Amino acid sequence: MKRVYAVEKLCLNCKLCEVYCKTAHSKSKDIIKAHKTEVPEPQTRIFVEGDNLLSFAANCRHCENPACVEACITGAMTKDPITGIVDNEKERCVGCMTCVMACPYGVVKAADIAFKCDLCRGEDEPACVKHCPNRALIYIEGGSER
Amino acid sequence: MNFKNPEFEIVRNKDKCISCGACARQCSYEAHIIDPDTGELKAEDMNCVACHRCVVICPTRAITIKKHEMTYRENANWTAAYINQINRQADTGGVLLSGMGNPQPYPIYWDRMLLNASQVTNPSIDPLREPMETRTFIGAKPEKIELDAKGRLITRMPPNVELQMPIMFSAMSFGSISLNAQKSLAAAAKACGTLFNTGEGGLHSDLFQYADNAVVQVASGRFGVHKDYLDKSRIIEIKIGQGAKPGIGGHLPGVKIDEEVSRTRMIPLGADAISPAPHHDIYSIEDLRQLIYSLKEATEYQKPVAVKIAAVHNSAAIASGIARAGADIIVLDGFRGGTGAAPTRIRDNVGIPIELALAAVDERLRSESLRNRVSLVAAGSFRNSADIFKAIAIGADAVYIASSALIALGCHMCQQCHTGKCNWGIATQRADLVKRLNPEIMAERAANLLKAWNHEIKEMLGGMGINAIDSLRGNRLMLRGVGLNEKELSILGIKHAGE
Repeated sequence: MKRVYAVEKLCLNCKLCEVYCKTAHSKSKDIIKAHKTEVPEPQTRIFVEGDNLLSFAANCRHCENPACVEACITGAMTKDPITGIVDNEKERCVGCMTCVMACPYGVVKAADIAFKCDLCRGEDEPACVKHCPNRALIYIEGGSER
Repeated sequence: MNFKNPEFEIVRNKDKCISCGACARQCSYEAHIIDPDTGELKAEDMNCVACHRCVVICPTRAITIKKHEMTYRENANWTAAYINQINRQADTGGVLLSGMGNPQPYPIYWDRMLLNASQVTNPSIDPLREPMETRTFIGAKPEKIELDAKGRLITRMPPNVELQMPIMFSAMSFGSISLNAQKSLAAAAKACGTLFNTGEGGLHSDLFQYADNAVVQVASGRFGVHKDYLDKSRIIEIKIGQGAKPGIGGHLPGVKIDEEVSRTRMIPLGADAISPAPHHDIYSIEDLRQLIYSLKEATEYQKPVAVKIAAVHNSAAIASGIARAGADIIVLDGFRGGTGAAPTRIRDNVGIPIELALAAVDERLRSESLRNRVSLVAAGSFRNSADIFKAIAIGADAVYIASSALIALGCHMCQQCHTGKCNWGIATQRADLVKRLNPEIMAERAANLLKAWNHEIKEMLGGMGINAIDSLRGNRLMLRGVGLNEKELSILGIKHAGE
């Protein structure tokens, strides 16, 4: 499946991926409202680690055998057998946060329930990739081999 | 006490700012600061150089950079710039340094020349429907062509280089610009069938793959010059002078000589790279001839040798000497040409406009029947395709562009190249800044610029009813001056509009 890969030698540490992820996961889809007025405040699902010299953006790897899915006690966290996208179903999640602890990459985050990257379901390209100013995020098949 | 006033004011629209802090993380001049206690974004106007990195990176375009309203008590004679420069020198006791080209309001003759077009008596050509040739060969041309009885060429042709368009990237060394910037230009040159120029900083091994598109420079410091370097090129260029700083050498401070620069330039790590003002083995045209032929010998007469000089008062006589010394190409660099660092007074006061130098040199070479022995390449601030078109009509075979290519790569002309803090990753060796320039993206942009300009040149040719750039070269009848005096018109060799 296509995944988001970070090219750390091109990452600027500008964190615009976080800004646009948050906007894409807001109700209004308006960058200023999403950051200043919307309640509850939308959350980013991609996280830039490091400093200006060395940084990269981390988000869900949508693993083949996801630890979060295995750990989920209610069956809310699932891997879609067709698209391969791992996501959390709001209605079934009880907020036990076992998935947060199980994720080896630390990219499932806790709010009132757990939330994580959904690869901007339905979009050709996730918002983080589309808005990266330096093509430091790429959305391709088999990127880990590259 | 600091006597200087800030030049620019950073205005942040609070309604739009989402406090993401990208501006602060991106500003190498520390003009944007995140307050460590409150997390609030603040601005330090004094540090701002108006490079506009923050403006472009801000996801909500909340930042505006304005000319600061606070100003010195200036008048027509004592401008704010002069007062500010005196304050800087009173602080440091040093020579003022600047980057980029001469910004002073000297006449720009390109803007005083107009082009011709066909009407009624000769048809114009639509370049979208009919073939249009901008291919250019540079190098010496033989006096005459001899063929045998079967029509085969007997004359031994001097080495010529085929360019798909008469535009090349001018010399910018690894050291003055980043390796990523060089990679971008090299890849764009390859994609467009033209050449880039290594400058005098040697050829980094990552660029060996672009050897077929490289002009390699041999300058007064002789940095990175060895047999392989000469072989990995299409043209060898002896750099005598540079338009931005005629008569002046170069000085790349030791702090910029990191491992890669040190290896490429073949000098010790951390040692200052001093390019002497003259070549210490060239004190006459005869000496120049020796170097030209040493380089030709070393490369078995397979490559044209170019000699680059700054446009100065006696350019025409000097160019005649260079042609007689055996150069295949003469490069003329006008006083508006850019630089990574030059003494401000030199940049702003030395040299002459490329338009006049080019016209004078072309005229002189023609009158001495030397014009076919050399190709003429003009450099020194070509801002658009029309400037290039006019240069070719005056007599250039091709042009070098650099500042405009850097603008395509993100340069915002803040003129801080000499500080090494370029926020766009161009004129810097700082790893955190260099990586901001993705060669893949920037090669596309630089190639787009070349393609666009080449297309525009074809449009202008078509309008004149000409279908090949060769028919434009030196065709000064296609130019008319506006608002120029008799002397200027006679040097440019053109008529006034209406004549």
